Amino acid sequence: MSDCLWVGTRKGLFGIARDNRGRWRIAGTWFPGDPVSMLLPQRGGRRIHAALDLGHFGVKMQRSDDGGKTWRETPAPVFPPRPDGLEDKDPMRGIDIPWSSKLIWALEPGGAGDDSGELWCGVIPGGLFHSRDGGDSWTLVRSLWDHPLRKKWMGGGYDFAGIHSIMVDPRDARHVTIAVSTGGVWTTKDNGGSWALIGKGLRNAYMPPDMAGDPLPQDAHRVVHCPAKPDRLWMQHHNGIFRSDDGGEHWQELHDVPPSSFGFAVAVHPTEADTAWFVPATKDERRFPVDARLVVTRTRDGGKHFDVLSKGLPDEPAYDLIYRHGLAIAADGERLAFGSTTGSLWVSEDQGDSWQNVSKHLPPIACVRFEA
Amino acid sequence: MTTLRFTPNLHRLVDTPSARVAGATVAQVLACYFLANPRVRGYVLDDQGAVRKHVAVFVNQELIRDRIGLSDPVGENDDIFVAQALSGG
Repeated sequence: MSDCLWVGTRKGLFGIARDNRGRWRIAGTWFPGDPVSMLLPQRGGRRIHAALDLGHFGVKMQRSDDGGKTWRETPAPVFPPRPDGLEDKDPMRGIDIPWSSKLIWALEPGGAGDDSGELWCGVIPGGLFHSRDGGDSWTLVRSLWDHPLRKKWMGGGYDFAGIHSIMVDPRDARHVTIAVSTGGVWTTKDNGGSWALIGKGLRNAYMPPDMAGDPLPQDAHRVVHCPAKPDRLWMQHHNGIFRSDDGGEHWQELHDVPPSSFGFAVAVHPTEADTAWFVPATKDERRFPVDARLVVTRTRDGGKHFDVLSKGLPDEPAYDLIYRHGLAIAADGERLAFGSTTGSLWVSEDQGDSWQNVSKHLPPIACVRFEA
Repeated sequence: MTTLRFTPNLHRLVDTPSARVAGATVAQVLACYFLANPRVRGYVLDDQGAVRKHVAVFVNQELIRDRIGLSDPVGENDDIFVAQALSGG
């Protein structure tokens, strides 16, 4: 059972620990003032990767091998030289796509678990990087970056497209599936040698109607797979909630999800593939909880029914938005946590039936992860 | 030799000792400095080697003109100052 939670915020990294009375409290802070866009605990919490967005001075990677006592800067993923004369523009905005990491948006272990040293990293503006040495060096996955359809990826909430979800198949680590905002779902079966665009059944409402079912311009906000049944994927999409039973090849849209099927975050139970959680919001121009009432939704039957969970969540109007990496589940499948743009953080120890507020006063929260 | 100095805002993030560095252009001076201080490069330049959008480089209190190629000439007694621009972040 994980008693430690890591929280990346607009103003630093926070470690949240459970005390022996069951209270979750801030136990440590690091990088005060610096935005932490992504983090990855490994090796039982001894190793922690933290991705910083230093604004003026670019994105940086930091790594601790002693549970956060000491940190050292490790190389950030860097794009290779952009060929002279190359035209590479965001199709929606018509502006040059920088061959430069703007935001580290996804970080996942590859290979055979924590000790393989393999890592995958997704960034804005749409690069996928691979490391075989625990992040001491990174290589841009050219097969994806040079794919002709990559140039049709579009910025969504950010100026440029980004890779925010990376799923490594526990049965075969060479099978990796990623999701792009905005650029659909892509999969490789040969460890990144070649890529296929998948995603039949997805639907968008922001492109011309004839393109609604085109798998390419699908704005997946977040995609997760069930580790024990990795063919089951759950997607929080810009236009709804979708489920796949074949590794993302085909998707079914879930209709009439209360109180809204708009949102960013999704979490799936590690062994029960039919159980998933969402934090809904009012679509899409408003982006705060429906009627300013913050709730979590949970399905236990693959999306046929949803429980609306609010015990321990605010009674008063709440304008908390949960970003795509702001909801996490622990390996035991019992504990969940989520953090908001308003700087509030909640933990549940009973699959979301009730929630404990950890803080209402943190900086805006980008990502939450339990210690592995 | 050109004198190269950095904004104090960088000091908490990475060691940026001032230095006297050889070179005929800003690019050459910085390249020489980065040989001895390789971590600093990524704080000042982007992945393509251009000055980061929210970093400003002055030569004798004048902003450089070529933020992409850093071809602005520098002389023996010039000063280069790398600043945090009043923008972004």
